[in-house]
Amino acid sequence: MSPTFETVAGIISETCDIPREKITPESHAINDLGIDSLDFLDVAFAIDKAFGIKMPLEQWTQEVNEGQVSTDEYFVLGNLCANIDKLVAAKAA
Amino acid sequence: MRLEYFQMVDRIAALDPEARTISAECTVPDASPVFEGHFPGHPLLPGALMIETIAQTGGWLILATLRFRRMPFLAQVKEAKMRAFVVPGQVLQTAARLLHDGSGYAVVSGSITSGGRKVADAEITYRVVPFPNETLRAQMLETARRVAVPEAFLNG
Repeated sequence: MSPTFETVAGIISETCDIPREKITPESHAINDLGIDSLDFLDVAFAIDKAFGIKMPLEQWTQEVNEGQVSTDEYFVLGNLCANIDKLVAAKAA
Repeated sequence: MRLEYFQMVDRIAALDPEARTISAECTVPDASPVFEGHFPGHPLLPGALMIETIAQTGGWLILATLRFRRMPFLAQVKEAKMRAFVVPGQVLQTAARLLHDGSGYAVVSGSITSGGRKVADAEITYRVVPFPNETLRAQMLETARRVAVPEAFLNG
């Protein structure tokens, strides 16, 4: 598994008190792990800090609300990690 | 402080959005209905209002940082510590530092001191959203002027 996923899974496990072994790249943060919006703020803060980025949560939410993408794009952890990697790469560029 | 109106901050003493810091002054009123219940014969500023005071101090910092385009709403309080009693008439200094300006949220670390002694501190998370209406934004701007938020941070 990618270092990004390991970091994100660790953050989710610690922040949301979810056993680490239950968190996989296929897990959906809301539907499978039951992370609510307030806990997700904590997760987002920890991810932003850990990777030195600012996840565009408002833009992602808008895309989901407008039906442009499904929640899987941002809440399935493998996809979330891919998006984090893109943000890290864009910042480094 | 106007406790009954939840106006906790009297005056912004220093505000530097670039440095992500703010400090403010607040004087606990000598009398308030709050003290009639909290507590009879032993009036104390409730800890919940100390947290509110820290949250409002950080809120002014976020509002100024965003030039009043968005409104911070309290979402989470972490590591809140009430270290000393606060009594009617006591003069308080508050300070806050913006730890993170996220997308749709912000995190602030804040404290209250009095006479050089820390009396409370907490980490506050806010949801930061567009103003729900112009009435609230106008009221916040009016209050901002009353507490001496510099004009340069009110718009732009």
